[in-house]
Amino acid sequence: MRERAAVAVGLALLVAAPFVLEAMDEAFLLSVLTRMLAYALAAAALDLVLGYGGMVSFGHGAFLGTGAYVAGVLLHHRADGTAVIDWPVRIGGTAEALVAWPAAALVSGLLAAAIGAISLRTRAVHFIMITLAFAQMVFFLVLALPQYGGTDGLMVPGRNVLVGASLAGDAPLYWAALALLVAFLAFARSAMAARFGLALKGARMNERRALALGVPVYRIRLAAFTLSGAVAGLAGAVLANQSSFVSPDLLSWQRSGELMVMVILGGQGTLFGPVLGAIALLAAEEELAALTEHWMLILGPALLVVVLFFRGGLWRVVAGKGGHA
Amino acid sequence: MLEARGLTRRFGALAANEDVTLTLAAGECHAVIGPNGAGKSTLVAMLAGEQRPDGGSVMLAGEDITSLGPAARARRGIARSFQITQLCRDLTVRENVMLAVQAASGWHWGFLRAARNDRGLTVDADASLAAAGLASRAHIPAGLLSHGEQRQLELAIALSQAPRVLLLDEPAAGLGAAETPALAARLAALKGRIAMLLVEHDMDTVFALADRITVLAGGRVIASGAPAEIRANRAVREAYLGDVVDA
Repeated sequence: MRERAAVAVGLALLVAAPFVLEAMDEAFLLSVLTRMLAYALAAAALDLVLGYGGMVSFGHGAFLGTGAYVAGVLLHHRADGTAVIDWPVRIGGTAEALVAWPAAALVSGLLAAAIGAISLRTRAVHFIMITLAFAQMVFFLVLALPQYGGTDGLMVPGRNVLVGASLAGDAPLYWAALALLVAFLAFARSAMAARFGLALKGARMNERRALALGVPVYRIRLAAFTLSGAVAGLAGAVLANQSSFVSPDLLSWQRSGELMVMVILGGQGTLFGPVLGAIALLAAEEELAALTEHWMLILGPALLVVVLFFRGGLWRVVAGKGGHA
Repeated sequence: MLEARGLTRRFGALAANEDVTLTLAAGECHAVIGPNGAGKSTLVAMLAGEQRPDGGSVMLAGEDITSLGPAARARRGIARSFQITQLCRDLTVRENVMLAVQAASGWHWGFLRAARNDRGLTVDADASLAAAGLASRAHIPAGLLSHGEQRQLELAIALSQAPRVLLLDEPAAGLGAAETPALAARLAALKGRIAMLLVEHDMDTVFALADRITVLAGGRVIASGAPAEIRANRAVREAYLGDVVDA
């Protein structure tokens, strides 16, 4: 009951935010909120894998960054009037979000499927290290693409358009990001309560039992990992629009780590918790960075306190109900 | 139905199983007994697919399943209970059984309908819980059940897989004096329908249920036959049974 109320209040706040900020003449903050929503989407996606599936992926930055690059590169080529590739079929750039965003999700999803297919043959620490290693490979691959800026990153000219309507300006992109987040949370909540979620959770809690039952544990996990990577890519596409800039930094292991912190800080296995975790972490970074350049010295211990003393994360504090510790 | 042909499994220099051959006919209860360390659990693990044999093969209804893992074997109709209860402790009792029903159905790719409203799962799961006497405990986490109830659930889960073959690794382990006969009665009711391989230390249960008994010692089969033959077998009495029967 309390969880439902917390979700309702949270949604109401996010819906009211553009109007409130405009009334306060602080509309520029909407762009900051959009960034938070994009990270919230990526963190919720990671929660499927980390919280529900028990797979500690240290490589989700690669999917986030890949999605951002796909959207950015498509916009870049559209502005240039050049093709992304000429052979075997010519693929030109595009600004249409209905093409570019699914493309971002598709490419990130395929990457996740490939990385997952190999990584999921390992367990525990090995899984963490191999996802990290693959993410680093993608990171260095993008560094080695001079046509897309290499280490400097790529300025993204303009923004996507949604069925002809431009997402330029802070409000349209904010609404698009919020719609994506709400849609994903609704879908993921239902999926985790349905057969798929039962199998995924069962495999996390007792893999030996799940296998003895005949649950295809590997395939279930790979599906979750792929879906999670695809949605992280979608979040990346939103980020590319929000910041008009994509850089290898998005693919870095620091980004992967940040996503993990968001999930754990908010409360894994809750979906809403990671959303709260993303907003809280990014807000804390902004505020503390304005206070002192040594903000890490404050944020680090604060995170430790939350993880040590609030088992189940911030969401348990707010909603009174957590996933699993 | 299920056949072990010359199964061998070594851990370093130690042979946990050496050339173990046994046949489990359809509907029969075949007990495997032997002292601790005789290799009974290793045998079950190889039949269930958790461990690969170093030699020999496992046949299910004429098909060589030696190279299949546990999940693939489960989908072919082999269910098992574990010596140490293996449950999803944070799932409810009902969800544990629903997962077994779901696994037997082979369809895990539901994303929209909540499992608790999925009649394809709940009808069979609720029937299974009622049969196990756990209906009143359906909605608590499985980890909160008493030991005896967890053993009941373990069996209910295995039966929910609608198996052809049931591997029971010490199902009476840790049960009280009142619970063991109840378990034996439940298993007796399954005879003729499900082929059971029963690994058990409780000799009353073994002799009450078994159609055939195979005795393992030091990883080898030292005797196999009807219960009366095993009871009379001198080598068996010396190796293991004697002190139990005389006690």
